[in-house]
Amino acid sequence: MRDDENKVRQIELTEVTKLIKEMCIEANHFLSKDVEDSICEAKEKEESILGKQILSQICENMQIAGKEMIPICQDTGMAVVFLEIGQDIHFTGGLLEKAVNEGVRQGYEEGFLRKSVVSDPLIRNNTNDNTPAIIHSEIVEGRNLKIIVAPKGFGSENMSKIFMLKPSDGIDGVKNAVLTTVRDAGPNACPPIVVGVGIGGTFEKCAILSKKALLRNLGERADNKNINELEKELLEKVNQLGIGPGGLGGSTTALAVNIETFATHIAGLPVAINICCHVNRHSTRTI
Amino acid sequence: MEKYISLPLKEEDIRSLKAGDMVFLSGELYTARDAAHKRIYEAIQSNQNLKIPLDGITLYYMGPSPARPGKVIGSAGPTTASRMDKYTPTLLNLGLKGMIGKGKRSMEVKQAMIKNKAVYFAAIGGAGALLSQAIKSVVIVEYEDLGTEAIRKLEVENFPVIVVIDSDGTDLYDNYNGEMK
Repeated sequence: MRDDENKVRQIELTEVTKLIKEMCIEANHFLSKDVEDSICEAKEKEESILGKQILSQICENMQIAGKEMIPICQDTGMAVVFLEIGQDIHFTGGLLEKAVNEGVRQGYEEGFLRKSVVSDPLIRNNTNDNTPAIIHSEIVEGRNLKIIVAPKGFGSENMSKIFMLKPSDGIDGVKNAVLTTVRDAGPNACPPIVVGVGIGGTFEKCAILSKKALLRNLGERADNKNINELEKELLEKVNQLGIGPGGLGGSTTALAVNIETFATHIAGLPVAINICCHVNRHSTRTI
Repeated sequence: MEKYISLPLKEEDIRSLKAGDMVFLSGELYTARDAAHKRIYEAIQSNQNLKIPLDGITLYYMGPSPARPGKVIGSAGPTTASRMDKYTPTLLNLGLKGMIGKGKRSMEVKQAMIKNKAVYFAAIGGAGALLSQAIKSVVIVEYEDLGTEAIRKLEVENFPVIVVIDSDGTDLYDNYNGEMK
Protein backbone atom coordinates (compact mmCIF):
# COMPACT_ATOMS: atom_id res chain seq x y z
CA MET A 1 0.00 0.00 0.00
CA ARG A 2 2.74 2.40 1.00
CA ASP A 3 4.77 1.55 -2.13
CA ASP A 4 1.79 2.35 -4.34
CA GLU A 5 1.29 5.65 -2.57
CA ASN A 6 4.90 6.56 -3.19
CA LYS A 7 4.53 5.88 -6.87
CA VAL A 8 1.51 8.08 -7.39
CA ARG A 9 2.33 11.57 -8.59
CA GLN A 10 0.02 14.37 -7.56
CA ILE A 11 -0.69 17.07 -10.11
CA GLU A 12 -2.60 20.12 -9.01
CA LEU A 13 -5.19 20.97 -11.67
CA THR A 14 -4.50 24.70 -11.46
CA GLU A 15 -1.17 23.83 -13.10
CA VAL A 16 -3.00 22.15 -16.01
CA THR A 17 -5.27 25.17 -16.40
CA LYS A 18 -2.30 27.54 -16.50
CA LEU A 19 -0.51 25.44 -19.12
CA ILE A 20 -3.56 25.12 -21.37
CA LYS A 21 -4.09 28.87 -21.20
CA GLU A 22 -0.50 29.58 -22.26
CA MET A 23 -0.60 26.96 -24.99
CA CYS A 24 -3.81 28.35 -26.54
CA ILE A 25 -2.15 31.75 -26.83
CA GLU A 26 1.16 30.36 -28.06
CA ALA A 27 -0.36 28.09 -30.71
CA ASN A 28 -2.40 30.92 -32.19
CA HIS A 29 0.56 33.28 -32.60
CA PHE A 30 3.53 31.02 -33.34
CA LEU A 31 3.66 28.00 -35.65
CA SER A 32 5.99 25.17 -34.76
CA LYS A 33 9.35 25.36 -36.51
CA ASP A 34 8.65 22.42 -38.84
CA VAL A 35 5.52 24.10 -40.23
CA GLU A 36 7.23 27.45 -40.58
CA ASP A 37 10.26 25.90 -42.31
CA SER A 38 8.03 23.89 -44.60
CA ILE A 39 6.18 27.01 -45.80
CA CYS A 40 9.41 28.94 -46.35
CA GLU A 41 10.90 26.01 -48.26
CA ALA A 42 7.76 25.77 -50.41
CA LYS A 43 8.12 29.46 -51.25
CA GLU A 44 11.54 28.78 -52.77
CA LYS A 45 10.33 25.76 -54.75
CA GLU A 46 6.94 27.03 -55.96
CA GLU A 47 6.75 27.23 -59.75
CA SER A 48 3.86 29.67 -60.18
CA ILE A 49 4.69 33.37 -59.83
CA LEU A 50 1.37 34.17 -58.16
CA GLY A 51 1.80 31.08 -55.96
CA LYS A 52 5.22 32.34 -54.87
CA GLN A 53 3.75 35.76 -54.04
CA ILE A 54 0.99 34.18 -51.96
CA LEU A 55 3.48 32.01 -50.06
CA SER A 56 5.63 35.00 -49.39
CA GLN A 57 2.59 36.87 -48.00
CA ILE A 58 1.84 33.84 -45.83
CA CYS A 59 5.41 34.06 -44.47
CA GLU A 60 5.05 37.79 -43.89
CA ASN A 61 1.76 37.11 -42.10
CA MET A 62 3.54 34.75 -39.68
CA GLN A 63 6.16 37.38 -38.91
CA ILE A 64 3.55 40.08 -38.25
CA ALA A 65 1.58 37.68 -36.06
CA GLY A 66 4.54 36.91 -33.81
CA LYS A 67 5.86 40.46 -33.65
CA GLU A 68 2.58 42.30 -33.13
CA MET A 69 0.84 39.49 -31.22
CA ILE A 70 -2.04 39.31 -33.71
CA PRO A 71 -3.37 35.77 -34.21
CA ILE A 72 -1.98 34.18 -37.40
CA CYS A 73 -5.57 33.60 -38.55
CA GLN A 74 -8.76 35.21 -37.26
CA ASP A 75 -10.27 31.73 -36.98
CA THR A 76 -8.47 30.86 -33.78
CA GLY A 77 -10.28 27.57 -33.91
CA MET A 78 -12.07 25.17 -31.68
CA ALA A 79 -9.54 24.04 -29.08
CA VAL A 80 -8.69 20.38 -29.60
CA VAL A 81 -6.76 19.07 -26.62
CA PHE A 82 -4.94 15.75 -26.52
CA LEU A 83 -3.94 14.47 -23.09
CA GLU A 84 -1.59 11.56 -22.55
CA ILE A 85 -1.95 10.80 -18.90
CA GLY A 86 0.58 8.61 -17.15
CA GLN A 87 -1.35 6.05 -15.15
CA ASP A 88 0.56 6.87 -11.98
CA ILE A 89 -0.79 10.40 -11.88
CA HIS A 90 -3.46 11.57 -9.50
CA PHE A 91 -5.05 14.93 -10.26
CA THR A 92 -6.04 17.04 -7.28
CA GLY A 93 -8.17 20.11 -6.83
CA GLY A 94 -11.19 19.42 -9.01
CA LEU A 95 -12.08 17.77 -12.29
CA LEU A 96 -9.64 17.39 -15.19
CA GLU A 97 -12.20 18.30 -17.84
CA LYS A 98 -13.17 21.47 -15.99
CA ALA A 99 -9.52 22.43 -15.57
CA VAL A 100 -8.89 22.06 -19.31
CA ASN A 101 -11.95 24.12 -20.21
CA GLU A 102 -10.96 26.78 -17.68
CA GLY A 103 -7.56 27.00 -19.39
CA VAL A 104 -9.23 27.44 -22.78
CA ARG A 105 -11.57 30.09 -21.35
CA GLN A 106 -8.68 32.08 -19.86
CA GLY A 107 -6.46 31.65 -22.90
CA TYR A 108 -9.07 32.84 -25.37
CA GLU A 109 -10.05 35.80 -23.19
CA GLU A 110 -6.59 36.98 -22.14
CA GLY A 111 -5.03 36.20 -25.51
CA PHE A 112 -7.61 38.24 -27.49
CA LEU A 113 -8.54 35.12 -29.44
CA ARG A 114 -11.80 34.77 -31.30
CA LYS A 115 -14.66 32.96 -29.60
CA SER A 116 -15.98 30.65 -32.31
CA VAL A 117 -17.95 28.02 -30.41
CA VAL A 118 -21.75 27.71 -30.29
CA SER A 119 -23.32 25.72 -27.47
CA ASP A 120 -25.86 23.87 -29.58
CA PRO A 121 -25.22 22.90 -33.20
CA LEU A 122 -28.77 23.80 -34.26
CA ILE A 123 -29.74 26.68 -31.97
CA ARG A 124 -26.25 28.21 -32.41
CA ASN A 125 -25.70 30.61 -29.52
CA ASN A 126 -22.07 31.58 -29.05
CA THR A 127 -20.72 30.45 -25.67
CA ASN A 128 -18.54 33.61 -25.70
CA ASP A 129 -15.53 31.90 -24.16
CA ASN A 130 -14.66 29.32 -26.83
CA THR A 131 -15.51 26.40 -24.54
CA PRO A 132 -16.07 23.54 -24.50
CA ALA A 133 -12.83 22.17 -25.87
CA ILE A 134 -12.70 18.84 -27.68
CA ILE A 135 -10.72 16.63 -25.32
CA HIS A 136 -9.12 13.33 -26.28
CA SER A 137 -7.43 11.57 -23.40
CA GLU A 138 -5.40 8.45 -23.29
CA ILE A 139 -3.97 6.59 -20.30
CA VAL A 140 -0.31 5.72 -20.85
CA GLU A 141 2.53 4.25 -18.84
CA GLY A 142 4.41 6.32 -16.29
CA ARG A 143 4.08 9.55 -14.33
CA ASN A 144 4.20 12.21 -17.02
CA LEU A 145 1.42 14.30 -18.46
CA LYS A 146 1.71 15.25 -22.13
CA ILE A 147 -0.60 17.99 -23.36
CA ILE A 148 -1.11 18.97 -26.99
CA VAL A 149 -3.30 21.97 -27.77
CA ALA A 150 -4.30 22.13 -31.43
CA PRO A 151 -6.71 24.98 -32.22
CA LYS A 152 -8.57 23.81 -35.34
CA GLY A 153 -10.04 26.22 -37.88
CA PHE A 154 -13.20 25.19 -39.66
CA GLY A 155 -12.51 26.39 -43.21
CA SER A 156 -10.40 23.27 -43.56
CA GLU A 157 -12.27 21.12 -41.02
CA ASN A 158 -15.39 21.49 -43.19
CA MET A 159 -13.54 20.00 -46.17
CA SER A 160 -12.58 16.82 -44.30
CA LYS A 161 -14.17 13.47 -45.17
CA ILE A 162 -14.57 9.90 -44.05
CA PHE A 163 -14.91 6.87 -46.32
CA MET A 164 -15.95 3.37 -45.24
CA LEU A 165 -14.15 1.52 -48.04
CA LYS A 166 -14.37 -2.18 -48.75
CA PRO A 167 -11.28 -4.38 -48.26
CA SER A 168 -11.31 -5.01 -52.02
CA ASP A 169 -10.88 -1.25 -52.64
CA GLY A 170 -7.35 -1.66 -51.27
CA ILE A 171 -4.57 0.86 -51.53
CA ASP A 172 -5.94 2.34 -54.77
CA GLY A 173 -9.20 3.08 -52.98
CA VAL A 174 -7.27 4.87 -50.24
CA LYS A 175 -5.32 6.96 -52.76
CA ASN A 176 -8.49 7.84 -54.60
CA ALA A 177 -10.21 8.89 -51.36
CA VAL A 178 -7.34 11.24 -50.46
CA LEU A 179 -7.07 12.79 -53.92
CA THR A 180 -10.84 13.26 -54.24
CA THR A 181 -10.99 14.97 -50.86
CA VAL A 182 -8.13 17.35 -51.66
CA ARG A 183 -9.60 18.13 -55.08
CA ASP A 184 -13.03 18.87 -53.61
CA ALA A 185 -11.47 21.03 -50.91
CA GLY A 186 -9.76 23.10 -53.61
CA PRO A 187 -9.35 26.74 -52.60
CA ASN A 188 -11.78 26.49 -49.66
CA ALA A 189 -9.34 24.86 -47.24
CA CYS A 190 -6.70 27.61 -47.55
CA PRO A 191 -3.94 25.74 -49.38
CA PRO A 192 -1.13 24.90 -48.99
CA ILE A 193 -2.74 22.35 -46.71
CA VAL A 194 -1.57 19.55 -44.47
CA VAL A 195 -3.39 16.28 -45.11
CA GLY A 196 -3.97 14.06 -42.08
CA VAL A 197 -5.06 10.54 -42.97
CA GLY A 198 -6.31 7.81 -40.66
CA ILE A 199 -6.60 4.29 -42.06
CA GLY A 200 -8.16 1.38 -40.19
CA GLY A 201 -9.85 1.02 -36.82
CA THR A 202 -13.55 1.80 -36.68
CA PHE A 203 -15.59 4.76 -37.92
CA GLU A 204 -14.55 7.03 -35.02
CA LYS A 205 -11.06 5.59 -34.54
CA CYS A 206 -9.92 6.46 -38.05
CA ALA A 207 -11.25 10.01 -37.62
CA ILE A 208 -9.19 10.46 -34.45
CA LEU A 209 -6.16 8.95 -36.19
CA SER A 210 -6.52 11.48 -39.01
CA LYS A 211 -6.57 14.33 -36.48
CA LYS A 212 -3.51 12.88 -34.73
CA ALA A 213 -1.73 12.63 -38.07
CA LEU A 214 -1.93 16.43 -38.33
CA LEU A 215 0.09 16.76 -35.13
CA ARG A 216 3.10 14.90 -36.45
CA ASN A 217 6.19 16.86 -37.43
CA LEU A 218 5.86 17.67 -41.15
CA GLY A 219 9.35 16.44 -42.00
CA GLU A 220 8.87 13.13 -40.21
CA ARG A 221 7.65 10.15 -42.26
CA ALA A 222 5.77 7.11 -40.90
CA ASP A 223 7.86 4.30 -39.40
CA ASN A 224 6.11 1.62 -41.42
CA LYS A 225 7.84 1.30 -44.79
CA ASN A 226 4.66 0.87 -46.87
CA ILE A 227 2.98 3.83 -45.23
CA ASN A 228 6.13 5.90 -45.53
CA GLU A 229 6.10 5.30 -49.28
CA LEU A 230 2.38 5.95 -49.52
CA GLU A 231 2.87 9.32 -47.80
CA LYS A 232 5.53 10.34 -50.29
CA GLU A 233 3.55 9.14 -53.29
CA LEU A 234 0.37 10.87 -52.16
CA LEU A 235 2.17 14.16 -51.50
CA GLU A 236 3.55 14.06 -55.01
CA LYS A 237 0.14 13.24 -56.50
CA VAL A 238 -1.62 15.92 -54.42
CA ASN A 239 0.86 18.51 -55.62
CA GLN A 240 0.30 17.43 -59.21
CA LEU A 241 -3.34 18.50 -58.87
CA GLY A 242 -2.12 22.05 -59.47
CA ILE A 243 -4.51 23.69 -56.98
CA GLY A 244 -1.60 25.66 -55.53
CA PRO A 245 -1.32 28.36 -52.85
CA GLY A 246 -4.68 30.06 -52.26
CA GLY A 247 -6.18 27.70 -54.85
CA LEU A 248 -4.85 29.97 -57.58
CA GLY A 249 -2.53 27.49 -59.23
CA GLY A 250 0.91 26.13 -58.50
CA SER A 251 2.95 23.16 -57.41
CA THR A 252 2.39 23.60 -53.66
CA THR A 253 -1.05 22.27 -52.81
CA ALA A 254 0.04 20.40 -49.68
CA LEU A 255 3.02 20.69 -47.35
CA ALA A 256 2.74 17.09 -46.17
CA VAL A 257 0.57 13.99 -46.18
CA ASN A 258 0.77 12.32 -42.76
CA ILE A 259 -0.81 8.89 -42.35
CA GLU A 260 -1.60 6.97 -39.16
CA THR A 261 -2.91 3.42 -39.24
CA PHE A 262 -4.56 0.97 -36.86
CA ALA A 263 -5.83 -2.62 -36.95
CA THR A 264 -9.30 -3.01 -38.42
CA HIS A 265 -12.12 -5.54 -39.00
CA ILE A 266 -12.05 -8.28 -41.68
CA ALA A 267 -14.99 -6.57 -43.40
CA GLY A 268 -13.73 -3.00 -43.45
CA LEU A 269 -11.24 -0.38 -44.62
CA PRO A 270 -12.15 2.93 -42.96
CA VAL A 271 -10.29 6.00 -44.23
CA ALA A 272 -10.60 9.46 -42.73
CA ILE A 273 -9.04 12.55 -44.27
CA ASN A 274 -8.69 15.53 -41.98
CA ILE A 275 -7.61 18.61 -43.88
CA CYS A 276 -5.73 21.41 -42.16
CA CYS A 277 -4.85 24.77 -43.69
CA HIS A 278 -1.26 26.03 -43.69
CA VAL A 279 -1.95 27.41 -40.21
CA ASN A 280 -1.29 23.93 -38.81
CA ARG A 281 -1.25 24.91 -35.13
CA HIS A 282 -0.19 22.76 -32.24
CA SER A 283 1.60 23.42 -29.02
CA THR A 284 3.03 20.55 -26.93
CA ARG A 285 4.19 20.38 -23.30
CA THR A 286 5.13 17.50 -21.09
CA ILE A 287 5.24 17.84 -17.32
CA MET B 1 -2.68 43.23 -63.75
CA GLU B 2 -2.37 45.40 -60.63
CA LYS B 3 -5.16 47.88 -60.05
CA TYR B 4 -5.94 50.43 -57.36
CA ILE B 5 -9.69 50.79 -56.89
CA SER B 6 -11.71 52.95 -54.53
CA LEU B 7 -14.88 51.80 -52.80
CA PRO B 8 -17.81 51.82 -53.28
CA LEU B 9 -17.20 50.13 -56.66
CA LYS B 10 -18.19 52.19 -59.67
CA GLU B 11 -19.89 50.68 -62.68
CA GLU B 12 -16.89 51.28 -64.94
CA ASP B 13 -14.55 49.71 -62.38
CA ILE B 14 -16.72 46.60 -62.18
CA ARG B 15 -16.69 46.35 -65.96
CA SER B 16 -12.89 46.72 -66.11
CA LEU B 17 -12.08 44.16 -63.41
CA LYS B 18 -11.18 40.78 -64.85
CA ALA B 19 -10.56 37.40 -63.21
CA GLY B 20 -6.89 37.26 -62.22
CA ASP B 21 -6.42 40.99 -61.58
CA MET B 22 -4.59 41.86 -58.38
CA VAL B 23 -6.47 44.71 -56.79
CA PHE B 24 -5.81 47.07 -53.89
CA LEU B 25 -9.10 48.34 -52.48
CA SER B 26 -9.48 51.56 -50.52
CA GLY B 27 -12.64 52.87 -48.90
CA GLU B 28 -15.63 51.36 -47.16
CA LEU B 29 -16.34 47.66 -46.66
CA TYR B 30 -19.00 45.95 -44.58
CA THR B 31 -18.37 42.63 -42.84
CA ALA B 32 -20.97 39.87 -42.70
CA ARG B 33 -20.65 36.13 -42.30
CA ASP B 34 -22.99 33.21 -41.60
CA ALA B 35 -25.19 34.51 -38.78
CA ALA B 36 -25.45 38.08 -40.15
CA HIS B 37 -26.37 36.74 -43.59
CA LYS B 38 -29.13 34.66 -42.06
CA ARG B 39 -30.53 37.71 -40.25
CA ILE B 40 -30.28 39.99 -43.30
CA TYR B 41 -32.01 37.37 -45.40
CA GLU B 42 -34.80 36.88 -42.87
CA ALA B 43 -35.24 40.65 -42.55
CA ILE B 44 -35.60 40.92 -46.34
CA GLN B 45 -38.07 38.03 -46.42
CA SER B 46 -40.26 39.72 -43.82
CA ASN B 47 -39.94 43.21 -45.42
CA GLN B 48 -38.07 44.75 -42.50
CA ASN B 49 -35.78 47.73 -42.96
CA LEU B 50 -32.06 47.06 -43.01
CA LYS B 51 -29.59 49.31 -41.22
CA ILE B 52 -26.96 48.74 -43.87
CA PRO B 53 -27.51 50.02 -47.39
CA LEU B 54 -27.06 46.96 -49.62
CA ASP B 55 -27.13 49.01 -52.79
CA GLY B 56 -23.62 49.39 -54.19
CA ILE B 57 -21.70 48.06 -51.21
CA THR B 58 -18.94 45.46 -50.96
CA LEU B 59 -19.24 42.77 -48.30
CA TYR B 60 -16.24 41.16 -46.65
CA TYR B 61 -16.95 37.66 -45.33
CA MET B 62 -14.97 38.02 -42.15
CA GLY B 63 -15.32 37.70 -38.39
CA PRO B 64 -12.28 39.26 -36.68
CA SER B 65 -10.49 38.22 -33.53
CA PRO B 66 -10.78 40.85 -30.76
CA ALA B 67 -8.60 43.96 -30.99
CA ARG B 68 -5.83 44.34 -28.45
CA PRO B 69 -5.86 47.68 -26.61
CA GLY B 70 -4.67 50.43 -28.93
CA LYS B 71 -5.42 48.45 -32.11
CA VAL B 72 -8.44 48.91 -34.38
CA ILE B 73 -8.98 45.20 -35.01
CA GLY B 74 -7.44 41.77 -34.38
CA SER B 75 -6.70 39.18 -37.03
CA ALA B 76 -8.99 39.78 -40.01
CA GLY B 77 -8.76 37.31 -42.89
CA PRO B 78 -11.53 35.97 -45.14
CA THR B 79 -13.84 33.07 -44.37
CA THR B 80 -15.18 30.50 -46.86
CA ALA B 81 -17.64 32.24 -49.17
CA SER B 82 -19.72 29.23 -50.22
CA ARG B 83 -21.52 29.20 -46.87
CA MET B 84 -23.16 32.50 -47.90
CA ASP B 85 -24.23 31.16 -51.31
CA LYS B 86 -27.76 30.38 -50.16
CA TYR B 87 -28.36 34.06 -49.35
CA THR B 88 -26.15 35.80 -51.93
CA PRO B 89 -28.41 35.90 -55.04
CA THR B 90 -31.08 37.75 -53.01
CA LEU B 91 -28.50 40.32 -51.86
CA LEU B 92 -27.14 40.73 -55.40
CA ASN B 93 -30.65 41.41 -56.66
CA LEU B 94 -30.86 44.20 -54.07
CA GLY B 95 -27.69 45.88 -55.33
CA LEU B 96 -24.72 44.18 -53.64
CA LYS B 97 -21.77 44.85 -55.98
CA GLY B 98 -18.68 43.32 -54.41
CA MET B 99 -17.85 40.34 -52.23
CA ILE B 100 -14.56 39.38 -50.59
CA GLY B 101 -14.01 35.87 -49.27
CA LYS B 102 -12.18 32.73 -50.21
CA GLY B 103 -13.15 29.60 -52.09
CA LYS B 104 -15.64 28.54 -54.70
CA ARG B 105 -19.11 30.00 -55.39
CA SER B 106 -22.23 28.23 -56.62
CA MET B 107 -23.65 28.41 -60.13
CA GLU B 108 -26.64 30.37 -58.75
CA VAL B 109 -24.31 33.01 -57.33
CA LYS B 110 -22.38 33.27 -60.60
CA GLN B 111 -25.58 33.71 -62.58
CA ALA B 112 -26.82 36.40 -60.21
CA MET B 113 -23.42 38.12 -60.47
CA ILE B 114 -23.62 38.21 -64.27
CA LYS B 115 -27.20 39.46 -64.17
CA ASN B 116 -26.47 42.20 -61.63
CA LYS B 117 -22.88 42.96 -62.69
CA ALA B 118 -20.95 42.20 -59.52
CA VAL B 119 -17.42 41.03 -58.62
CA TYR B 120 -16.13 38.35 -56.27
CA PHE B 121 -12.66 38.86 -54.86
CA ALA B 122 -10.52 36.47 -52.83
CA ALA B 123 -8.22 37.58 -50.05
CA ILE B 124 -5.50 35.21 -48.87
CA GLY B 125 -7.00 32.71 -46.47
CA GLY B 126 -5.05 32.36 -43.26
CA ALA B 127 -3.27 35.70 -43.59
CA GLY B 128 -5.40 37.54 -41.04
CA ALA B 129 -2.53 39.32 -39.30
CA LEU B 130 -1.21 40.71 -42.59
CA LEU B 131 -4.67 41.75 -43.84
CA SER B 132 -5.48 43.49 -40.56
CA GLN B 133 -2.73 46.02 -41.32
CA ALA B 134 -4.82 47.45 -44.19
CA ILE B 135 -7.84 48.11 -41.95
CA LYS B 136 -7.84 51.66 -40.61
CA SER B 137 -11.11 51.93 -38.70
CA VAL B 138 -13.92 49.70 -37.49
CA VAL B 139 -17.46 50.50 -36.35
CA ILE B 140 -20.11 47.94 -35.41
CA VAL B 141 -23.29 48.91 -37.29
CA GLU B 142 -25.74 46.05 -36.75
CA TYR B 143 -26.36 42.84 -34.78
CA GLU B 144 -23.84 43.64 -32.03
CA ASP B 145 -25.09 40.65 -30.03
CA LEU B 146 -23.51 38.36 -32.64
CA GLY B 147 -20.02 39.20 -31.34
CA THR B 148 -17.44 38.44 -34.02
CA GLU B 149 -20.33 37.90 -36.47
CA ALA B 150 -21.78 41.41 -36.01
CA ILE B 151 -21.86 43.64 -39.09
CA ARG B 152 -18.93 46.05 -39.03
CA LYS B 153 -18.14 48.97 -41.27
CA LEU B 154 -14.44 49.00 -42.11
CA GLU B 155 -12.32 51.70 -43.65
CA VAL B 156 -9.53 50.02 -45.62
CA GLU B 157 -6.46 51.29 -47.39
CA ASN B 158 -4.87 49.28 -50.19
CA PHE B 159 -6.53 46.08 -49.05
CA PRO B 160 -5.00 43.32 -51.23
CA VAL B 161 -7.39 41.02 -53.11
CA ILE B 162 -7.53 39.04 -56.35
CA VAL B 163 -10.51 39.04 -58.72
CA VAL B 164 -11.70 35.42 -58.80
CA ILE B 165 -15.08 35.79 -60.51
CA ASP B 166 -15.62 38.85 -62.68
CA SER B 167 -18.90 40.39 -63.84
CA ASP B 168 -18.84 38.23 -66.98
CA GLY B 169 -18.82 35.12 -64.81
CA THR B 170 -15.24 34.07 -65.62
CA ASP B 171 -13.97 32.03 -62.66
CA LEU B 172 -10.23 31.94 -62.00
CA TYR B 173 -10.56 28.80 -59.85
CA ASP B 174 -11.83 26.87 -62.90
CA ASN B 175 -8.24 26.87 -64.17
CA TYR B 176 -6.97 25.11 -61.06
CA ASN B 177 -9.74 22.69 -60.17
CA GLY B 178 -7.47 19.68 -59.77
CA GLU B 179 -8.36 18.10 -63.12
CA MET B 180 -5.28 16.57 -64.72
CA LYS B 181 -4.35 18.49 -67.82
